Amino acid sequence: MADRDINTSTKPDLRVNCGGINAPNPFWLASAPPANSGLQVQRAFEAGWGGAVWKTLGTPIQNVSSRFGGHTIRGVQGAGFNNIELITDRPLETNFREIAETKRLFPKHAMVVSLMVETRQEWQDIIKRSIDAGADGLELNFGCPHGMCERGMGSAVGQEPKINQEITSWAVEYSTVPVLVKLTPNVSNIIPHGIAAKRGGAHGVSLINTIKSIIGVDIDRFVPEPRVGGLSTNGGYCGSAVKPIALHMVAALAREKEFGLPISGIGGITNWRDAVEFILLGSSSVQVCTEVMLKGYRIVEDMIDGLENYMQEKGFATIDQMVGKAIPAFSEWGDLDLNYETVAKIDASKCIGCQVCVAACHDGAHQCIHPTTNGTRVPIVDESECVGCNLCQIVCPVPGCITMQPVTNGYQPATWNQHVHDGKSLRPKKGAH
Amino acid sequence: MSASLPPSLPPSLPPSLPADRSEAAFTDYKLPLAREHAIAEANRCLFCTDAPCVNACPTRIDIPQFIRKISTDNVKGSAKTIFEANILGMSCARVCPVEVLCVGACVYNNMDSPPIQIGKLQRYATDAAFEKDWRFFEAGPDTGKSVALIGGGPASLAAAHELRRFGHRCTIFEKRAILGGLNTTGVAPYKMRADQSLREVDWILSIGGIDLQLNTSIGEQIALADLESTFDAVFVGAGLGADSALNIPGESLPGVVGAVQWIEHIKRAKATLDGVSRCVVVGGGNTAIDAVRQAIGLGIPRVTMLYRGSEAGMSGYQHEWDAAKQHGAIGEWKALPVAFEGSGPSDTSKVQRIRCQRLDDAKKPIANSDFTVDADLVLVAIGQSKLGQMLGSLSGITIDKGRVVTDATGYTGRTKWYAGGDCTNGGKEVVNAAAEGKAAAHAMHDFLMTTKRT
Ligand SMILES: Cc1cc2nc3c(=O)[nH]c(=O)nc-3n(C[C@H](O)[C@H](O)[C@H](O)COP(=O)(O)OP(=O)(O)OC[C@H]3O[C@@H](n4cnc5c(N)ncnc54)[C@H](O)[C@@H]3O)c2cc1C
Ligand SMILES: Cc1cc2nc3c(=O)[nH]c(=O)nc-3n(C[C@H](O)[C@H](O)[C@H](O)COP(=O)(O)O)c2cc1C
Ligand code: SF4
Ligand code: SF4
Ligand code: SF4
Repeated sequence: MADRDINTSTKPDLRVNCGGINAPNPFWLASAPPANSGLQVQRAFEAGWGGAVWKTLGTPIQNVSSRFGGHTIRGVQGAGFNNIELITDRPLETNFREIAETKRLFPKHAMVVSLMVETRQEWQDIIKRSIDAGADGLELNFGCPHGMCERGMGSAVGQEPKINQEITSWAVEYSTVPVLVKLTPNVSNIIPHGIAAKRGGAHGVSLINTIKSIIGVDIDRFVPEPRVGGLSTNGGYCGSAVKPIALHMVAALAREKEFGLPISGIGGITNWRDAVEFILLGSSSVQVCTEVMLKGYRIVEDMIDGLENYMQEKGFATIDQMVGKAIPAFSEWGDLDLNYETVAKIDASKCIGCQVCVAACHDGAHQCIHPTTNGTRVPIVDESECVGCNLCQIVCPVPGCITMQPVTNGYQPATWNQHVHDGKSLRPKKGAH
Repeated sequence: MSASLPPSLPPSLPPSLPADRSEAAFTDYKLPLAREHAIAEANRCLFCTDAPCVNACPTRIDIPQFIRKISTDNVKGSAKTIFEANILGMSCARVCPVEVLCVGACVYNNMDSPPIQIGKLQRYATDAAFEKDWRFFEAGPDTGKSVALIGGGPASLAAAHELRRFGHRCTIFEKRAILGGLNTTGVAPYKMRADQSLREVDWILSIGGIDLQLNTSIGEQIALADLESTFDAVFVGAGLGADSALNIPGESLPGVVGAVQWIEHIKRAKATLDGVSRCVVVGGGNTAIDAVRQAIGLGIPRVTMLYRGSEAGMSGYQHEWDAAKQHGAIGEWKALPVAFEGSGPSDTSKVQRIRCQRLDDAKKPIANSDFTVDADLVLVAIGQSKLGQMLGSLSGITIDKGRVVTDATGYTGRTKWYAGGDCTNGGKEVVNAAAEGKAAAHAMHDFLMTTKRT
C-alpha cells in the first residue's frame, strides 16, 4: 500500500553508500543476536531493515547461561543493557549457507559479515569463505570487551593501534569487498584507533562496540549480575544509556581532519530521532542491537517513516545531504564564546509550584532561584546571580516553563583562546563569589 | 411491530448546522491529551507481539506501531498508520466504545494496571492530522469502472475512499441533505459533535472523484434497477431505518418521540424544551443511555430510564450507564409501558404520563401491578427498524429479519451487489461499518478487475 502514498513523488531518497557498501536505507542490524541466523535476518529485511552485520564469525564458541543483564533506570526496564555473550556458537558452514541464501533472497540489502579470528591464515580463509557466500562487506570485530579479548582478540586488538593496523591490512589485502573496522569504546581517545584502521586500508569504521561494565549486583546473594551459578564477570554495556558516549566517539572521528573515512554509527539507537543525531554527527549508516532485542524488528517502521518525515520537513532529498551536518558546530571548549550569556526565565503561567528547581539550584547549582514570599509558589530567579547552567530547566517537569534566554551584556564575543592569545576582554564572572 | 413513529418533530432539517443547535451545549467528556502526557502514555505501551488490542479492533489498526510513533514524536507517521487501516480513525478515536474493544483487551488489564488509553492516543495523532491538514492518500489511476454507494454513512465513506485508492469512480446517493450517517446525526455530542463528523467527511472526500447525490432516496427517487444498469457495482450502506414503535395506545400524542429522531434533532437544530421537566426514555440499550445523558445535559431536571428488564440485564454498556447515574439518571426497571396518556382519557394535546405494568423475572406482566410514571417528554429507544426490505425485490439477495445477508467479504450473492455496516450487521458501531465498507471495497475491486466491462 505504501506505493499509493500521496507523498510518493516527493519522498526523500533513503539509499546509502557506507564505505562502498550499498543499502536501501541506513538502518542496519548490528552484529549481535538479532543478526544471528538466516531466518532472522530475512524477517528483518522483510520488516524494512536496509542491511545487517552478521553475528561475528570465528571459531565457534560455547556460551554461558545466563548472558544478559538489564539496567532499570527510574522504572524503565532495559534503559541500559549488558551481555557476556561471545561470538557465534553455530558451525561456520551453517552460517555461510544461510548468508548465501539470505543474499540470494535479498540481493539489494547490505550483507556485511563480522569476523574475528587470530592468525593471518585464519583471516585469509574466513574472508574468502565470507565473500564466496556473498558478503557485500566485512566488519572486523576489534571491539568485544569480554571473553574474546582474554584470548587476544576483540578489544585486545582494538586497544592496540599497531595490531589493529596490521590485521586490518591483512583483511584489506585478502578482501575484494569493502572492509569496516569495528572500534571499541574501551579506550581513552578514539582517534588513534580510527587512524590505525585507516592506515591499515579500511574503507570505513563502525562504532561503538559495548563498554566494559558490571550491570549490577545481586545484593542478597552478594554476586554481580548476570549471574552464572555463583559467579559473574564483566560484560559489555549498550542500549539507550550509552548513546551519549557513542555520539561523542562518532563525532570525534568525523571531525578529525586526518581521518575522513565513512562511519557506521552504533550505540543506544532506539528510534528515528537517535538515528538522525548519529547521521548529523557523521554516520552514513546506523546499526542497532539492543532496541531490536528489546522490541523486535518492527521498530524499523517508525525509524523509516520518522526519518522520511524529518527529511521532508527539513528539505533533505538524500541522506548524504545530512551526514555530518552538525559537525561544524562541534568545536573545542577553547573556541566557545565566554561572553555569550543566558539566564533562566520562569513562565509563571505554566509553573505548577513544585519548587524542584529551587532545590536543584540551591543544592546543585548557584543558589539563585528563591521561593517567593508573596503567597504564590512560583519561584523567582535572581538574574544577577544566575550563571545560565540549565539545571533548573532540566529538572522542571513542565515543558516550556523554564527557558534559557540570551542576555545582551554589551560584551563582544570572546573565546578563551582569543582571551589568552589576543587579550580579548571577558564579561565579569557570575556566581563565583 | 416495526412501524415507525409519526414525526412530531420537523421532518426535514437544513443542510447547514446552526450555531445555536442544542448539541453545542455539550463539551467533550474525554479530554484530549497534551503532548507530554501523550508521550508518557505512549511509552507505557509494551509494543506487544500479536497484540490483543489489535485483534479487538474491527479495522485492525496496528495499535502498538501507531503508539510507538507517538512515543518518538513521529505523529505524522502515527496518523498514517491509523488511517491506513481505518479512514474514519479520527471519529473512531472519539466514538468507539474502547472499553469493550481495544482498551478492554489491553494486556495491562491482566496485571491490574490501568490499560493504555488507546482511544485518547488515537485522538492525539488524528487530531494533529486534521489540524495540520495532512493528506496521506491519493486516488489510483482511473480504471474506467464506477460504483454506486447507497447511503453516505461510515460504511459507504470507508468503501468509497478505498475504491478511490484503487482508481474506481464513485457516486454516493444519500437521502439526507448531509453526509456522515449516524456519525453526524446520532453520536452523542459529548463524544463528537456533528460539525466534527462533517469535517471528517470533507477530509475523506478530498481524495477526489467521489460524486455526491444528496437528498436522493434510492428506491424512491431512483430505482434499484437503474443503479444496477448504470454502475459496474453497487454498495449498500443504508444503515437502519426509523425508530421502532411500541405500538401501544397514545403513541401518537405530542411529546412521544423516537430517540434517534430526537437525537438527530438536537444535533442539527435548537430543540425547544419549554415545559419539559420530566423525561422518560423507554429502552435499555446504548441509544437509550445516550438519550438519557443528553436529556440530562440539556438541563431536564428529572430523567428516567424505563426498561422492561433488570438493571444488570440492560444491553447498553455498563460503563455508560454508570456515568449516566453519576449525572443523576433514575432507573425504572422491569416496567412495561402499556399506554401513553394525556391529562385525561380524552386529552390528546400532550403526553403527561406512561401507564405501565410490572414484569416478573421472566419478563411476564404481574397481575394488578399497574402504575404510572409522569412524563412530558417520552423518548422511545427500543431499536431501529431494518431497511433490508428495500432490496427484497432483487433476486439473489437474502434478507434475514430485515438484515441484508452477505458473505465475509460483503458480497450479497447477486452479481454486482455488495453491502456493509448497520444494514448488514443489524446495528453495531462506526468502526464495524468502517471495517465492513473497506472489506467490501476490496471484494468489489477483485470483482471489477476480473470481470470484462459489458
Ligand atoms: C443514537 C446512536 C448513537 C450511536 N453512538 C455510537 C457511538 O458512540 N459509537 C459508535 O461507534 N457507534 C455509535 N452508533 C452506531 C453507529 O452510528 C452506526 O453503527 C454507524 O453509523 C453505521 O454506519 P452505516 O454507514 O452502516 O449507517 P448509517 O450511519 O446509518 O448511514 C446510513 C446512511 O444511509 C442513508 N440512507 C438510508 N436509506 C437510504 C436510501 N434509501 N437512499 C439513500 N440514502 C439512504 C441514511 O440517511 C444515512 O445517512 C450509534 C447509533 C445511534 C443510533
Ligand atoms: C548480546 C549482545 C551480543 C553482541 N555480540 C556482538 C558480536 O558478536 N559482535 C560485535 O561486533 N558486536 C556484538 N555486540 C555489540 C553490538 O553489535 C553493538 O555494537 C552494541 O550493542 C551497541 O549497540 P546498541 O546500543 O544498539 O546495542 C553484541 C551486543 C549484545 C547486546
Ligand atoms: S528469552 Fe527465550 S531463550 Fe531467553 S531465557 Fe527467555 S525463553 Fe529462554
Ligand atoms: S521546577 Fe518548574 S514548575 Fe516547579 S517550581 Fe520550578 S519553575 Fe515552577
Ligand atoms: S495490548 Fe496494551 S500494552 Fe500491548 S500493544 Fe496493545 S495497547 Fe500496548
